[in-house]
Amino acid sequence: MNWLTEPFDLLIYRRALLAALVIGFTNGYVSAYVVLRKAALKTGSLSHALLPGIAMAILLFGLTPFSAFAGALLAALIVGLGSLLVSQTSRIDQDTALAVLFTAAFSGGIVILNYVNAPGELEHWLFGDIRGMSDSDLWTIYVIAAVSLLVLTLFQRPIVVMLFEPNVARSLGIPVNLMNYVLFALVILVLISSLQAVGCILALGLLVTPAATMLLFTDSPLRLFWGGGFLGMISSVSALVVSYWLDWPTGSSIVIVLGTVFVLSFLVSPKYGVLRVVRQRRRHRHEIHEASVT
Amino acid sequence: MSGSAHHAPIGRHGGTSCCETTHHVLEVNDLCVSYGKVPALREVTFQTSCGYSVALIGPNGAGKSTLLKALAGLLQPECGEIRWQGQAMVKSSHEIAYLPQREEVDWNFPATVRGIVEMGRYPHVSWWRRFSPEDAEQVDRALQAMDLVDLQHRQISALSGGQQQRAFLARALAQEAHVFLLDEPFTGLDADAQERLAGLMEKLKSEGRLVIASHHDLETVAGIYDQVLLQATVQVDFGPVAEVFTDAKLRETYGREMRGGALPMEVNEA
Repeated sequence: MNWLTEPFDLLIYRRALLAALVIGFTNGYVSAYVVLRKAALKTGSLSHALLPGIAMAILLFGLTPFSAFAGALLAALIVGLGSLLVSQTSRIDQDTALAVLFTAAFSGGIVILNYVNAPGELEHWLFGDIRGMSDSDLWTIYVIAAVSLLVLTLFQRPIVVMLFEPNVARSLGIPVNLMNYVLFALVILVLISSLQAVGCILALGLLVTPAATMLLFTDSPLRLFWGGGFLGMISSVSALVVSYWLDWPTGSSIVIVLGTVFVLSFLVSPKYGVLRVVRQRRRHRHEIHEASVT
Repeated sequence: MSGSAHHAPIGRHGGTSCCETTHHVLEVNDLCVSYGKVPALREVTFQTSCGYSVALIGPNGAGKSTLLKALAGLLQPECGEIRWQGQAMVKSSHEIAYLPQREEVDWNFPATVRGIVEMGRYPHVSWWRRFSPEDAEQVDRALQAMDLVDLQHRQISALSGGQQQRAFLARALAQEAHVFLLDEPFTGLDADAQERLAGLMEKLKSEGRLVIASHHDLETVAGIYDQVLLQATVQVDFGPVAEVFTDAKLRETYGREMRGGALPMEVNEA
C-alpha cells in the first residue's frame, strides 16, 4: 500500500488531501441540487462569469476570501440578472443572452488578470491547483463546506419538494422564491471553493458529475445528496494519488476520475445502466416474438 | 422560517377525516387575476362547501388552471377575495391541497410513491425534524385509502397514469386537506382508471371533503360532479349540474371564445 501513502509524506500533499476531502464532499453533496434543478449548464456559465469579479476584486483590494466572494457574487448577479433583462426586453432568449454575457465576462476576466502582478495567476484561476492551498484558503473552504452542508441538510425536505414541483411546494407553505435566492448564493459559494482546486473551467465537472452518477443508481433524493458527497470525496482523493504518480495536473485528474466513474456507471449500473436497458428491450422483443408465434 | 409548520389555526382536527359535522364553506367574491396586463380570470363569484364536488368547465385559456392556482394561494388576486371557513385567505394552507396536471410534473424525478405521499406531512412537522410514528401512520393510511400500499416503494415513473393521480391524492390525504384542487385529473387516463378515479372522488366527497377539478370531457361531467362552474375568462354561471350544465349555457361558454365559430364536438353531443 506504499504507493497509496507515499504522496502524503509530503506536507503539500497532506494539505491537498484535506482540501480534496472537504471540497470533494461539498461539491458532490451540492451537485444533487444542481442536477435535480436541471441547472448544470446554467451553473457552468455561472462558474465562468465569476472570473472577472474575482479578478477585479484582486486588482482593487488584493486577494482575500471576502473580496473574492463579493466580486464573484457581483459578477454572477450582473450576468444572471443581465441575461434575464435581455430576454425579457428583446427577442433574444435567456440561454442565448447568457452565452453572450458569460463569454464576454470571462474574456474580460482574462484581460483583467493580465494586469494582476503575479506570475501564473491566470493559469491558477483557470485550472486551479489543489496543492497550493494556504491556511486561509483551507479555512475558507471549511467555512463554505459547513454553511452549505448545514443549509442543504436542514432544509433538505422543502428543497426536494421544491425541486419536484414548485407549485406543490408553494401550496405546502414553502417560501420557494426566498429559497431559490439562498440556494443561488450557495452555489456561488461552492463554486468559489472549488475554483482553488480545479479552476473555473473545470469547476462544473465537480459540481455536476457526482450526483449525475448517483442518479444512475438510486431513486432516493437522500442517497443522491450523501452518495454524491462521498463519491465526490473519494474521487478527488484518488485523483490526488493519480496525479502524484502520473504527474498529471490535479484539477484535470479530479474531473477525469469523476468522468470515468460516470461512464462506467452509465454502462453497468444494475438499475439504470445502458447495458441493462438494452438487455431488457431485447428480452421484451423476444417475448413479443414468442407470443406472436404461439 | 419554521413559521410554515404552524398554519392558521382554522379548525384543525386531530382525526383523519375532516368536516363531517360542520359545513366548511368556501366563498369566492368577484375574483380577478391577471398575468401582467393580460386578464386571465374576471368576475368569479361562487360559494360551495365540503361534501360537494365542483367541475370547472370552459375552453382552453378560460382560466381554469388560474382559478385553481388562485384558490391554492399560488397567485395573488388582483381584486376580490377568497374566504375559507369565514376567514379571508391570504396564503396557502395545509387544509387546501393543490394537485398539478400530470404533464407538468417530471416523473423521472428520483422519488418513490411513499416519498411523494410523505411530502403531504411537511406542513405538520418542522423541516428538519424526523417523522413521528403518527406521521408514518397518516402516510400508511393515505396509501391504503388510495390502494397504493403494494406500490409504495416504486419509482414514480413506473406507475400508470391512474396510479400517478392516486399518488397525488394520497399526498393530499396525508396532508389532511379539506379541499382538493385538481387540474385535469381525468386527462390521459383510460376508461378503467377514469372510473376508479371517479369512485375515489365520490368517496372523498362522502367523507366530507370538497373536490374542485377542471374537466375537459363534457360527456362525463354529470356522472361525476354535483356542481358546475362555467368559465370563459369571465364566469358564465355557477350552480348544480342539473340547472347549469345545459346546452344553452355551454354554447354561451364556448361561444364566447369561439367568436361564433364551430362549437367543439363534445358540446354538440352533450
